[in-house]
Amino acid sequence: MSTTQKPVNQKAWWLVLPVLLCVAFSAILPLMTVVNYSVQDIISPERRVFVGTEWFASVMRDTELHGALWRQLQFSLAVLAFEIPLGIALALSMPAQGWKASAVLVVVALSLLIPWNVVGTIWQIYGRADIGLLGHTLQALGFDYSYTGDPLHAWITVLVMDVWHWTPLVALLAYAGLRSIPDAYYQAARIDGASKLAVFRYIQLPKMRDVLMIAVLLRFMDSFMIYTEPFVLTGGGPGTATTFLSQYLTQKAVGQFDLGPAAAFSLIYFLIILLLCFVLYNWMQSLGAATKEPTHD
Amino acid sequence: MTEQRFHKRSIFLAAYILFALLPIYWMVNMSFKTNEEILSSFSLWPQHFTWANYVTIFTDPSWYSGYINSLIYVGINTVISVSVALPAAYAFSRYRFLGDKHIFFWLLTNRMTPPAVFLLPFFQLYTTLGLMDTHIAVAMAHLLFNVPLAVWILEGFMSGIPREIDETAYIDGYSFPRFFMQIFLPLIKAGVGVAAFFCFMFSWVELLLARTLTSVNAKPIVATMTRTVSASGMDWATLAAAGVLTIVPGAIVIWFVRNYIAKGFAMGRV
Repeated sequence: MSTTQKPVNQKAWWLVLPVLLCVAFSAILPLMTVVNYSVQDIISPERRVFVGTEWFASVMRDTELHGALWRQLQFSLAVLAFEIPLGIALALSMPAQGWKASAVLVVVALSLLIPWNVVGTIWQIYGRADIGLLGHTLQALGFDYSYTGDPLHAWITVLVMDVWHWTPLVALLAYAGLRSIPDAYYQAARIDGASKLAVFRYIQLPKMRDVLMIAVLLRFMDSFMIYTEPFVLTGGGPGTATTFLSQYLTQKAVGQFDLGPAAAFSLIYFLIILLLCFVLYNWMQSLGAATKEPTHD
Repeated sequence: MTEQRFHKRSIFLAAYILFALLPIYWMVNMSFKTNEEILSSFSLWPQHFTWANYVTIFTDPSWYSGYINSLIYVGINTVISVSVALPAAYAFSRYRFLGDKHIFFWLLTNRMTPPAVFLLPFFQLYTTLGLMDTHIAVAMAHLLFNVPLAVWILEGFMSGIPREIDETAYIDGYSFPRFFMQIFLPLIKAGVGVAAFFCFMFSWVELLLARTLTSVNAKPIVATMTRTVSASGMDWATLAAAGVLTIVPGAIVIWFVRNYIAKGFAMGRV
């Protein structure tokens, strides 16, 4: 949100009200329930004991959690490092109009539309050396590839699957941002004899800033919550190589029926995402503000 | 120079499309095979071509009703999300008001909560309201992550439209609703297209909440699919066919919104 000389208007509240009602209905009550659980030991629905911050303390000391958090951070950063540049490059190389543009848009969006459990299942077969195209090809080329045996292969397979699955999201946002640049900007650049690189750096990139910020934050928070695809593909293994935070949380909540610690874990998890997104959000805001060309009005 | 540049772009695009389509081709390939053929040998195309998997889905009501249920709640969700998000996004992009930044960030925080966190509370909430196993319940639950997303995307696109356009329209005597519908909406077509598509997509593929809040009457296709895992092993072929069919509605949606996304500002100018 840029804040340059926006008029103050308290009536704008009325425009926001429907959204607040919709989201508050779904968000606030459930969140209160989770907070409530997180400070109790629930032995049975009738017997519960207030334990204060005990669960929080035990979750914070959990070394397995630290491992999962570290793996999660590495994974999310890798996701951003691959998907953002690739998505921008893809958006720049997509045709701007005509039937080709429509066809490419549809093809690029396909992977987004597959339910996440199916994505995992497809890659499970696709990566198998005996009956899958990817695994078979890699074996034929002489790589001893096995996503079920080698932790590194498993990790890379989950990453490639995520890049395949989600780069289109970045590309679609960047593409829509590119298409909303008025032709006059390009004409002015042509008259000035600007290079392709200069056009990208001084026209396209600043104009895509808002949508790219959405793309970065969205990919960051979603990859931080990744669950279904690695669960189906590798089940978190081999060992704990692809056990990310969500998976660890679910093991705790479902596997051990520990509602209290699981709720405390959920809240800490949520606070970590919140903190990281807040930092990222403000950093990108200030980055944009510094490079933004002065408005002339 | 530009010729060569163009060439490089085409090669990159073609390479990406290949990368994107290969896993999907593999799914299509599997959907025309039998389970025995999938598991027994590697083949680039079906050796014993069969429609049986698609016939299963189209003739069994418990399969095809999943698609209908999903389409109903996804449709409700997309319409509500985009229509409540439009005025809010306008407010955020044009005005300052008490608590605006805080509300905006609070909305985003709802997009950051793992759905697993909300499973049990949602189950209790919708049971109390008597809305379990209805399309409305799933559509409402999905508002949690789709409304913030729609507000956010639309705000991004609206901020790109110069404020002078609003001011000129008000001076010309347009009322707010007329200005919004006739002048402003056409300008942010690309944003509306993207927002609607993303709402559709995220609601369409969401499994955890949709499965928890439904049992029979509103059971979505993503939940029906988990049925292919049974005691006798995975039914890969039917799952692949069902997967191919889940892509179809979304592909149709993007076909309809493609012009909004592709043309954007340049065509919508007043």
